[in-house]
Amino acid sequence: MSGMRGLVFSIALTHIRARMRQTLVGVMGVAIGVGFSVMMAALMEGSQNDFVAQLVDSLPHISVTDEQREPPRQPADIVYDAAEIHGLTTRVLRPGIKNPFAIMAALEGWLPGTLAPSVQWKAVIRFAGRDTAASVTGIDPRREMNVSKLPTQIRSGSLDNLFKASNAIILGDGLAKKIGARVGNSIVVTAGSGNTISATVVALSHSGVSQVDDTQSYVLIKTGQILAGQTGLVNELRVKVRDVMQAREVARRIEAETGYKSVSWQEAHEDLLSAFQVRNIIMYTVVSAILMVASFGTYNIISTITHEKTRDIAIMKSLGFASRVIRQIFVVESMMIGVLGLLLGWVLGVCMTWGMGFIEIKSPFMDSTHLPVLYAPAHYVIAGLVALSASVIAGYFPARKAASLQPVEIIRGAS
Amino acid sequence: MTGPLIEARGVTRILDGEVPTTLIAGVDMSVAPGEFLAITGPSGSGKSSLLYLLGLLDVPTSGEVIIAGHATSALDEDARARLRLETLGFVFQFHFLLPEFSALENVMLPMRALGRWPAERMQERAHEILASLGLAGHTHKRPDQMSGGQRQRVAIARALANDPLVVLADEPTGNLDTASTAQVIGILRDMIAGEAGKAVVVVTHDLGLAAQADRRINIIDGRVAVPDPSPVSDVTR
Ligand SMILES: Nc1ncnc2c1ncn2[C@@H]1O[C@H](COP(=O)(O)OP(=O)(O)O)[C@@H](O)[C@H]1O
Ligand SMILES: [Mg+2]
Repeated sequence: MSGMRGLVFSIALTHIRARMRQTLVGVMGVAIGVGFSVMMAALMEGSQNDFVAQLVDSLPHISVTDEQREPPRQPADIVYDAAEIHGLTTRVLRPGIKNPFAIMAALEGWLPGTLAPSVQWKAVIRFAGRDTAASVTGIDPRREMNVSKLPTQIRSGSLDNLFKASNAIILGDGLAKKIGARVGNSIVVTAGSGNTISATVVALSHSGVSQVDDTQSYVLIKTGQILAGQTGLVNELRVKVRDVMQAREVARRIEAETGYKSVSWQEAHEDLLSAFQVRNIIMYTVVSAILMVASFGTYNIISTITHEKTRDIAIMKSLGFASRVIRQIFVVESMMIGVLGLLLGWVLGVCMTWGMGFIEIKSPFMDSTHLPVLYAPAHYVIAGLVALSASVIAGYFPARKAASLQPVEIIRGAS
Repeated sequence: MTGPLIEARGVTRILDGEVPTTLIAGVDMSVAPGEFLAITGPSGSGKSSLLYLLGLLDVPTSGEVIIAGHATSALDEDARARLRLETLGFVFQFHFLLPEFSALENVMLPMRALGRWPAERMQERAHEILASLGLAGHTHKRPDQMSGGQRQRVAIARALANDPLVVLADEPTGNLDTASTAQVIGILRDMIAGEAGKAVVVVTHDLGLAAQADRRINIIDGRVAVPDPSPVSDVTR
């Protein structure tokens, strides 16, 4: 190594090497900062992604229903434009989606995804004298795989079992347990419309989200329509979009084109997503604080070195070294600590994240799983960049002070 | 180069503080090529202060220092540093070597900062200079592994590294025994004898050293004492 850059580097290296213990403490500070930042980001985003994935899997990305967002405008309002009408509500009797197959065909023309029709109805399920409220969803087993994971969530049987008996029903395993029903049992289903049928349990479903498994049951669309007392009724179109993050825009367009209320999973869980945002703000604040505190250590070390090396700085300046070069020496020292720290921090981060992945969590709302973690290169790059910038800043201030030193003052005192 | 290597015109340096202190007051002087100039005077008279001004380490409050024809009062700090690096070499009473570096590395320091030569040439040159000062076997020793005389010779080698026009030395033999002192004086003499157009300025109160000089400037209370004493060489030789 020769020339100016090599000189700066070798002087910086001798300063650092002569203070191994202090340097190590500084490096550890940065490493712990980076390590914990990476681990925290892995946990936060891991759990968030996991949660969203479960949410997105267990519910349709977009649900198009026959509901309306506002009570219909009344004739008086339409005619007089300013009439005041009180006591209106949205209609209780579900009108259903008109011409569902024409709408589906139109949507399939541009939709970046797939869709399936269904009939949703509230019902009371009775078995062996026990009653429980449940949601009954009439589905088309051949189309269901287009919009949900249901086909893969069937236990003791398959979705096609719905075709094997007249009035076949699949119960969520939580729901089945509640009423004590097993596959093969015959249960009584009474819909909100008053219609009652006797149905045979042909399989159980298990999604892992207890809220779903405790309340959901599935029948064929035809059976659902019998329960609703409305033949030909389809009151929901469920849409699965290829890019889940696009659901909001797609839902808006569907609603604009069809006039039916179209709710994306984001809209359905607005509160949850904004809670995630709060969580992320908290996380980034804490992570920034950790990395800043780590850089205080670096600042201290560089400050100490510039004080100890006052005489060397004076002699270099008296020989004719430019201030810029003196500044570079100490900024490079600071960056050496920063780079070593962030490399060690990355290793630490991977190890801690890996360790966290072994922790088992039990939740009353979900199947027990391991702590979800995410290994994202972006976390490492961001933590590294922040740590490195903090190191440069931490080194810059003492370096600037050192570079502004007037050598004659030191030499006068020493001669 | 026919003009003076260093010229001071009405150089005054006043330290501002609660009570402003005048270190140097209206000094006019010059250093000619080929000259070994001694600056003498009582302790505290301002010899070192004058040397710092001549060597651009300090800036005059008024007056002008001209280095090889370049006026320096308008230069900024980095430009003065550059001029120092290219044309001047310093030796102080204290060696001021970087403690973590070997003799060779210390001598190469100003060369690397200037970047006038390729790496191999710098190394070669550093070896040559050290060898000429009798330090051939000590190039890889750190300052704490050498004697006081050896360290001072390394400091001189460093001052000579960039082939300066003028070497400025402030009591270079102040910490040395008689043998080392004689050696250092010899080295400084050789430098101007070897190459035309160079000069050495030595601040000293050592009469032996002052006696070797071609010319002497006596400083009293920050001024050049008048009448200028006749060249010492006439008396002693
Ligand atoms: N930083 C300073 N503050 C106040 N007085 C100073 C300072 N530096 C030097 N002096 C004074 O200036 C005078 C000249 O000092 P100096 O040039 O070192 O003298 P010499 O080298 O001839 O012994 C002395 O009286 C000294 O005490
Ligand atoms: Mg002095």
